[in-house]
Amino acid sequence: MTRNPDRPLSPHLTVFKWGPHMLVSILHRITGAGLATVGAGIFVWWLMAVAGGAEGYATFASWATWKWSLIVWVGLTWAFFQHLLSGLRHFVMDAGAGFELPTNKFWAVMTIVWAILLTAAVWAYIFYGRLA
Amino acid sequence: MTTESSLASAPAATAPAHDAAHHWGLERMLSVSTLLLFVWFFVSLWRLPALDQMTVAEWLKNPLAAVPMLFLIVSTFWHLKLGLVVVVEDYVHQAGNRFGWVLVINLAALFGAGLAILSVLKIALGGAAA
Repeated sequence: MTRNPDRPLSPHLTVFKWGPHMLVSILHRITGAGLATVGAGIFVWWLMAVAGGAEGYATFASWATWKWSLIVWVGLTWAFFQHLLSGLRHFVMDAGAGFELPTNKFWAVMTIVWAILLTAAVWAYIFYGRLA
Repeated sequence: MTTESSLASAPAATAPAHDAAHHWGLERMLSVSTLLLFVWFFVSLWRLPALDQMTVAEWLKNPLAAVPMLFLIVSTFWHLKLGLVVVVEDYVHQAGNRFGWVLVINLAALFGAGLAILSVLKIALGGAAA
């Protein structure tokens, strides 16, 4: 059997070709799950610490400013932007737009690129803007 | 995506198929409200002179901060609950396990939202230690 390689493969079992749209789809779920668990947990801890007074807040603050916590903060920042941008892409697709293959692929790649750029911009600002 | 998962999950009685359109709309409404409220939240934090306990508590004592914060909590926890349930419905196929996960997600989301809401009320209504 011959196959025209220009035609898309249908996602049947393991016979499919990976594309940016699939990566973005799964990233949307992974980042969403990360924000919903790690992000929401830290958010609740922070609010409880504010309500609990200065002592409890000091425990939160010492964790939040611990050098290894930076991995969590940067990870959450990236997850936030990736989820936000792929979410906005979903809105465009919900409206019925952006399904042409080159357009779809272009914006899928753009969400990944811009999530990384925005994360870098935020942390550059935190380290070299405000705190400098 | 939502429609697919709702149909697929019909036998588990977590999301009947006729609720799919409502679920779809609600999910999108909550996405927008969560996004707008987080823009407000991050801009507010950025505008605070510091992020120590006193400054943050003082900020949340203002109803103009406490009320949007309460909306943010409801919107965010509802949004994350719907999202996590969709993921579980797509990947957990055994009915008992699926039911268990959906239950855990619902209880955890309610518990988290409850803790967050109570904290904001405690600060806003003046119960928080300075």
